[in-house]
Amino acid sequence: MTTMIDATLTKRYAGREVLRAATLRVESGSVHALVGENGAGKSTLVKIIAGIVPADGGTLAIAGASRALARWDRRAARAASVGIVQQHGAFAGTLSVVENAVLGSEGGAMLDLAPVARALAKLGDEIGLPVDPWARADRLPLGVAQRAEIVTALYQGAKLLILDEPTAVLAPVEVDGLLATLRRLAKAGTTIVLVTHKLDEVRAVADAVTVLRAGETVARIEAARDRSIASAGDAGTTWPPSLDVRAIARAMVGADVPAGDKIEAPAEVAPVALALAKVGVAGALHDVTLEVRRGELVGIAGVDGNGQRELALAIAGLAAHTGRVRIGARDVTGAAAARRLAAGLAYIPEDRHHGGLVLDASVADNLALGRRDITGAFRIDRARVATFAAERIRELDVRPPDAHAIARALSGGNQQKLVIGRELSRPALSAVVAAQPTRGVDLGAVARIHDQLRAAARAGAGVLVISADLDELLALCHRIFVLLRGRIVGSAVERAALGALMTGASG
Amino acid sequence: MIDFAAAVITGAVPLALAAMCGAITERAGVIDLALEAKLLFGAFAAAAVALATGSPWLGLLGGMAAGMAVALAQLGCALWLYADQVIVGVGLNILALGGTRYLLALLYHEGANSPELQSTFPPIAGNPIVWLAVAAAIAVPLALARTRWGLRLRAAGDRPDALVAVGVAPRRARLAAALVGGALAGAGGAQLSLSVYGFVADMSGGRGYIALAMVILSGWRPGYAALASVGLAIANQLAHKLEMWVDVLIVRELAHLLPYVLTLLVLAIWGSRRPPPASLGKP
Amino acid sequence: MKRELEAAAIALLASVAIGSVLIMLYGQSPAHVWWQMIARTFSSEYNVGQVLFKATGLVLTGLGVAIALDAGLFNIGAEGQMVAGLVACACTGTALPAGTPAVIAIPACALAAAAAGGAVGALIGGLRVWRNANEVITSIMLNEIVAAVALAIASRYIFANGTTTGLPIAPGAEMPDLGMAGSAANGALVLALLLAAALWWLRARTTWGQALRTVGADAEAARSVGLGVGRVRVLAMTASGALCGLAAVNFVLGDRHAYEQSAGAGTGFFGLAVALLGRQHPAGIVASALVLGLLTSGGLVVNDLIPKDLTTLLVGVVVLAITCASAFVRRTGG
Repeated sequence: MTTMIDATLTKRYAGREVLRAATLRVESGSVHALVGENGAGKSTLVKIIAGIVPADGGTLAIAGASRALARWDRRAARAASVGIVQQHGAFAGTLSVVENAVLGSEGGAMLDLAPVARALAKLGDEIGLPVDPWARADRLPLGVAQRAEIVTALYQGAKLLILDEPTAVLAPVEVDGLLATLRRLAKAGTTIVLVTHKLDEVRAVADAVTVLRAGETVARIEAARDRSIASAGDAGTTWPPSLDVRAIARAMVGADVPAGDKIEAPAEVAPVALALAKVGVAGALHDVTLEVRRGELVGIAGVDGNGQRELALAIAGLAAHTGRVRIGARDVTGAAAARRLAAGLAYIPEDRHHGGLVLDASVADNLALGRRDITGAFRIDRARVATFAAERIRELDVRPPDAHAIARALSGGNQQKLVIGRELSRPALSAVVAAQPTRGVDLGAVARIHDQLRAAARAGAGVLVISADLDELLALCHRIFVLLRGRIVGSAVERAALGALMTGASG
Repeated sequence: MIDFAAAVITGAVPLALAAMCGAITERAGVIDLALEAKLLFGAFAAAAVALATGSPWLGLLGGMAAGMAVALAQLGCALWLYADQVIVGVGLNILALGGTRYLLALLYHEGANSPELQSTFPPIAGNPIVWLAVAAAIAVPLALARTRWGLRLRAAGDRPDALVAVGVAPRRARLAAALVGGALAGAGGAQLSLSVYGFVADMSGGRGYIALAMVILSGWRPGYAALASVGLAIANQLAHKLEMWVDVLIVRELAHLLPYVLTLLVLAIWGSRRPPPASLGKP
Repeated sequence: MKRELEAAAIALLASVAIGSVLIMLYGQSPAHVWWQMIARTFSSEYNVGQVLFKATGLVLTGLGVAIALDAGLFNIGAEGQMVAGLVACACTGTALPAGTPAVIAIPACALAAAAAGGAVGALIGGLRVWRNANEVITSIMLNEIVAAVALAIASRYIFANGTTTGLPIAPGAEMPDLGMAGSAANGALVLALLLAAALWWLRARTTWGQALRTVGADAEAARSVGLGVGRVRVLAMTASGALCGLAAVNFVLGDRHAYEQSAGAGTGFFGLAVALLGRQHPAGIVASALVLGLLTSGGLVVNDLIPKDLTTLLVGVVVLAITCASAFVRRTGG
C-alpha cells in the first residue's frame, strides 16, 4: 500500500501559529479521518494540501512524489489529482453543475456540455450519488450540491478526495448514504480524507484517524484490520468497534484542564438578566428558550454552523426573529439594536471584522464607538474619550498601547480586546452576549478576556457565552447548553457528556 | 406608422448597444458607469474617421475602436490600480464631455458641431449598425450561455475563485468581456453621430445612465436589456407624439422628460428585484 | 493624513502632466500656457475676484458631495440640486416685497435654496435606502427632470414677460459685493467659508459626524453598535442636497441679482472633483475649490491660447487621477 499523503506543515496567520509542524500520513485507498475541535487547524491543513492556502513551512509528498510548497497552488494540486469539497461549496451559483465541471477545461470555443453531462450523470449513478448535471448550483439544497461537487471532483480525475465537514449539512439518512459511498470509493481505489468532529462517523468509516489539537498532531490511530466482517453497503451498525473512540475523544479534547477561578454561581433567586422564549430565526434557529440570571455565566456549546450566529444576532436585534427576548425586566422583542443596547445589553459579535470594529479607525475611535455616555450626546468630549481609551488600554493591556493606532494594524487578540473593552464597560449592564469571544486570539489575550467576562458577571450582569471552544466554556460557565441544528439539545457540565451532545452521538 | 417604427429603431439602437455593453461588463464583475464616455467617444471617433476618410464604414470601425479604448482605460484603473469602480466610471464620463469638446476645437476649430459628413449609412434597413444591434441582441445571450468566453465571463462575475481554482485569471475573462462591450457601445455612439451627419457636443444626452438602468431592470441579461431599451424608445416616441398633438404648454415643456421619469420609476418599483452578479465591483 | 496628501499630490502632478500633453497637441507651449494662466489671473483684481467667485460655488457643492461620500453615497446629482436651489432662491427673491430688510431677505432666500436642494437630495436618499435604487442613476435622472421643471417654473414666475431674463430680486436680498474691481465675488464667499468651518467641526468633533463617517466606513459595524444606517444615509443625502442648493446664493443673490438660465453651470459636476481631491475634508475642499476655481477661470483667461473645454477634460482627469492615486497609495501602505 503506497502512501498518498505524507505531510508536515506549518502555517501562521497574523503572527499566530495555526499549524505547528502538523503531520498527516494517509495510505492510498483508505478512508482517513482528520479530527479535532474548532480552531485545531484541520481546515487549514487540508486547504494547504489542496493548494488553496499556501504553507509557511514544512514538506509535502503526494503519491510518493515530493512537492515544492512554494509552487503548490490549486492548479498544481488539481494536476496531482487532489480534489476537495469544502464546507461552503466552491461552485459558482448561477452556473449549472456541468458548467462548473467544465470551467477551465472547456475543450474549445463552443461549449459541448451534453457529453460531460452524460458522463457526470453516469458517474453519479455508478457511485451512488445521483446528480442532475443541468441543475443550477445555487438552486440545489446543500446536501445535493455537495453530492454534485463530489461527483465533479471525481469526474475531474481526483484520486485523493478531501471532504471538509461534509455531514454538517446532511440529514441523518443522507449521512449514512454518504459514508457508505465513501467506503465504496475507497475500496475502488480513491483515497479519502474526511475532516470531521463527529466521532460516530469516524467509527463508521475510518481506517485511520489523525487527531489535531491546537495546531499539532497529537495522535494517529489505526483501525484493526479485521474488516472482512463488514459488507460493502453497511456503515456503522454491524461493525465491531475497531477504533477506540474514547481514546480519540480524549486526544481531541486533551486531558482535563485545571478549572481556573470559577466564580460562585448566583443564588437561585437572583433576578433574570436575559430571557429567551421560543426564539427562532428562519431556517437556522428553532424554539430556543433559556434564562440567564444576574451574576451567572451561561455557555452555549456546539460546533459552528448550528445556529450560534443567528442566536447572537437575534438577541442583539440584528436579525429578525420569532419568540420573545427580555433584557432585565424589559421586553425588547421587536426593538432595534440601539434600544436593546440602551436597555443594558452588550453584544460582542463573533467576527470582529464584520460588525465589531471599524478597521480603518483609530483605537480610541473604536473604543468610543456608539458610546454616547463617553462621547457625550452631541459635542464629543475629547478629554473624556482620551481618558476612557487610556483606561481600557491599560485594563486590557492592549498592544501597542497607542490610542491613535489604526485598528487594522493590531493583532487579532488586541483587536478583540477593543471590542471587549468597549462593550463590557457599558454602564448599568444587565446582559452580555459574547459570541466566540476568543476566536483567533492568542493565549495571553484569552486570559484577559476571560477575566473581563467574569468581572462583568461579578458586577451583576448575566453573561451568555457562545463558543465552539469547550475549554473556554468549562472554565467560565456555571451552566452549559448545547446547540445542535438550531435547537438546544441538552445541558451538561462535564466534557464527555458535552462532547456527546455536540456530536449528536447520544440519542 | 412606418415613420414611428423607424424613429423607434433609430432611437433604440444606441441605447440597446450601450445597455448590452453594460450588461456584459457588469456580468463579468466590473461596475460599468462609463457608458456615457463610450457613447461620446464612439460618436466622435466615428464622425472624425468618416470625415477624414469619407467612409461611414471606417467611421463605424473607428467608433468601435474608441469604445474599446475607453473600456481598456476603465479596466486598467479598476483591475490594475484597484481604483473605486464607480468613481472611475463617472470620471471617464466627465473626461469624455470635456475631451470630445476639446477634440472638436482641436481638429475642427469648432465649438459645438463637427463639419457635416458627406455620406453616411441609409436609415434602418441599409444601416449596418442596426443589423449589428439586432445581431448582438441575439448572439450575445447565446454566446454567454454556449461559449467558453461566456462561461468564463459568468464565472468571473459570480465567483472569481472558481476561475482561479482552475488556473484562469478572472482579469482575462473580464478584459475580454469589457472589450466586446466597449465595441458594442462604441458602435452605439457611431450610430448617434452618423445618423445626424456629424458630431454634436454632449450628444449622448444621458443615454449612458439610462442604459445602465436598463441593465439593472433586465437583471443583467443582455437580451432583455436590449428589449427594455426598445420599450423605452417606444415610450419616448409616444411622448414626442404627445408633444405634437397636445397643445398644452406644460406638456410640451416636460414631455421630453419621459425617458428620465420612466427610468426613475422603473428603478424605484422594480429596481431591487434581481440581484446583481455576486462579485460585482470586487477586483 | 499623510497618505491623503500624497494621493492628492500625485493626482495633481498627473493632471498637470496630461494637461501639458494636451496643450502641446494644440500647438501651444505648456509652460507658457500654465504661466499665462497664473500670471493673467493674479495680475488683475477682477480675475482674482472671479476665481474667488467660482471657488465659492465649488466649496458649497464640494462640501455637499463630501457629506454624501462620508456616508458611502455618491451624489452625482449636485448639479440638479443646485438648479433646484437656483429656482427656489430666485422665486423667493422676486416674491419678497421691495422693502424687505437684508437680515430677513437673505436668510429667507438661502433657506429656500437649501430646502429645494435638500428635497431633491432626500428623494435620492430615500429611493436608495428604501427601494435600493442606485443613487448615481437616480441623481442623473433627477438632474434632467429638475432642469426642465426649473425652466418651466422660471418661465412662469421669474422671467420678465417674453424674455429669458429673470426679474430682479428684492434689493434686500442682494448679497453684498466684495468689490473686487467689479468681479462677481460676493458675500457668499463668507457664507461658504463659515459653512466649511462649521462642517469641519460637526464632522470631527461631534457624535453626528462620527456616526456619519462610521456608516460610510463600515455599515455593519455601525449597525452592531446601534446606529441607524438607513436614517443616517437619508439625512446625509438631504444635507448634501441642501448644501448644493445653497450654492445658488452665490449666483442668484450674489452675482446676477436675478435668475439666469445657466448660472453656475458645471459647479455641481465639478463639486465631485473638489470633494474627491479634498479627500472629503473641509479644509482640503476649500483648497481644492480654489485650485479648481483657478483652473476654470484660468481656462477662460487663456481662452485665446487653448479652448476652455480643456478645463472640463482636466477635471475628468483629476477625478480619475485622484481615485487611482488614493487606491495606489492605500495598497502600497502609504
